Amino acid sequence: MTPNGGILTPLIKQNCQILRNYLAAGGYAAARKALAMAPEEIITEVTKSNLRGLGGAGFPTGRKWSFIPKNSPKPKYLVINADESEPGTFKDRYIIVHATHALLEGIIIAARAIDAHTAYIYIRGEYVEPARVLQAAIAEAYQNGILGRKVLGTDYELNVYVHRGAGAYICGEETALLESLEGKKGWPRMKPPFPAIEGLFRCPTIVNNVETISYVPAILANGGEWFAKLGSERNGGYRFYSVSGHVNKPGVYELPHGTTLREILYTHAGGIRNGKRLKAVIPGGSSSPVLRPEEIDVKMDVDSLAAIGSMIGSAGVIAIDEDTCLLEVLEVTSRFYHHESCGQCTPCREGTGWLEKVLARMRRGEGNRQDPDRLWDIATGIMGNTICPLGDAAAMPVFGFVKKFREEFEAHAQYGKCHSGAFTSWQPPARPGA
Amino acid sequence: MSSKLSQAARDRIAELLTHYPLEHQRAALLPILHVVQEEIGYIPAELEEEIAALVGVPVVKVKEVLSFYTWFRQRPVGKYHFQVCRTLSCSLRGHREILAHLENKLGIKAGETTPDGRYTITTVECLASCETAPMMQLNEKYIDHLTPEKIDQILAELK
Ligand SMILES: Cc1cc2nc3c(=O)[nH]c(=O)nc-3n(C[C@H](O)[C@H](O)[C@H](O)COP(=O)(O)O)c2cc1C
Ligand code: SF4
Ligand code: FES
Repeated sequence: MTPNGGILTPLIKQNCQILRNYLAAGGYAAARKALAMAPEEIITEVTKSNLRGLGGAGFPTGRKWSFIPKNSPKPKYLVINADESEPGTFKDRYIIVHATHALLEGIIIAARAIDAHTAYIYIRGEYVEPARVLQAAIAEAYQNGILGRKVLGTDYELNVYVHRGAGAYICGEETALLESLEGKKGWPRMKPPFPAIEGLFRCPTIVNNVETISYVPAILANGGEWFAKLGSERNGGYRFYSVSGHVNKPGVYELPHGTTLREILYTHAGGIRNGKRLKAVIPGGSSSPVLRPEEIDVKMDVDSLAAIGSMIGSAGVIAIDEDTCLLEVLEVTSRFYHHESCGQCTPCREGTGWLEKVLARMRRGEGNRQDPDRLWDIATGIMGNTICPLGDAAAMPVFGFVKKFREEFEAHAQYGKCHSGAFTSWQPPARPGA
Repeated sequence: MSSKLSQAARDRIAELLTHYPLEHQRAALLPILHVVQEEIGYIPAELEEEIAALVGVPVVKVKEVLSFYTWFRQRPVGKYHFQVCRTLSCSLRGHREILAHLENKLGIKAGETTPDGRYTITTVECLASCETAPMMQLNEKYIDHLTPEKIDQILAELK
């Protein structure tokens, strides 16, 4: 059985923020099944499925769950990362708003697997309306005996709370998220200890992304092997690609791991708007190194992108057309990471500020020929020298743009003005099947 | 305790405190600040002590949180708060034109409030609605696919 049109997309279309619709689609059968299983059996099934975290880091989910200490007397917590803050990423919102009960069912199964009786959904503060939808679905689940003292009629107790963030990108990073959830400013923690050992309130904690958890019911319902077979070698199942920028049909597309970037851009997202040519594309959220048009036959999965020096990250694809000034693209990106740096480590706090300043100066026409190298050096000073990966996230786009579009950065520095459009030396990609 | 908060808000806060273990009531800080801001429109300085006492932390910890999170405001804003996204996907699809149009129409710059206190414009970072770029958040609501004409229409409706 190969699901037509994705696994979660049909649920989104059936408005599964409403319990009745989700039940009609077979909802909560997997949770009933899981509640009758031993926690280790659930973890085994999820491990078999090759489900890997879809929040950005791609860590195998079953393995992560197995790190929870079995004999700890402390309570365990499940925390759902609904901060959705990497620029270019917007898929979790579709799940939260329309596949809400799939997320809740996934929460029940994951909680049971790690023996947690409390789960928090940390949702970004600006998602006021999605948080209301979520709250309403949770209320419906409580009223129908799906959550609370006796989950689905068993002796298992589970309480689920929505916890709203307040506008800080860094709180998407799991340890900053935990600090924030504890009522503090979102300063990432040093790891180790990892959250599975010492997380929320210093107790064993699993942090998983919304999308990751929402796939769990399908895995329990159809088996881990079924899910593994749908994906690529090391990534089970499907995932959502968020596509934005200069495409004709921006949106979310749920497709198998390893779908090529060309297919995503040209078959699903309708190609580049206004008949323009593609100049550059960011494959995995704004922190992932940019690709050139001749690289879009890459398979969109963790390993294939890593092999060409980029990363799948959150699978937020941003297409950039031939008329765009890439210096400005990098400036906007660097400004974002500078704005969102928590300020805890000097290389990140200062380095992101310098990047922004050099780029702004170049764009004003006051650059000089050393600037591309200067950008490279600043990024090198940040990379790997910080507490959390936000520093790397700020540095990687610099490496990508300066390396792959060096001629444009040099011309900008040399002539002091924008030559956008003048550097597209490649041919338009052939349409698949054409 | 004397309070500027309504009974409904205080009931809501009492309920929120039950979401967290007794020895970790501080976790309710952000949720409480949301309740206060929803009721008053911002977090008045004179409430900081009361909020700190509710979660059992020194007032300096409340101040620290208020200055860290951009969503919380320490001053009132206009009745209509336009938060225009300026991050990559929105800037690729013309957020600058949208911002300039809004600024011209209201006669203020980003970061300012009209003298009658009705409108505020700020720029914000990615709101995770990049597929509907250029977009903004007007108070709680996301407004998608902005064009100058759509801005005119929104302003006409708010008049
Ligand atoms: C700066 C930064 C921002 C992040 N933002 C998010 C986010 O918005 N949502 C998310 O799920 N994970 C985000 N992550 C990844 C989390 O730290 C963590 O790996 C993830 O929530 C784990 O869930 P998963 O294994 O299901 O992917 C971010 C990481 C970093 C370093
Ligand atoms: S890398 Fe940046 S965001 Fe991360 S802890 Fe250091 S200063 Fe904060
Ligand atoms: S860039 Fe504007 S919503 Fe993401």
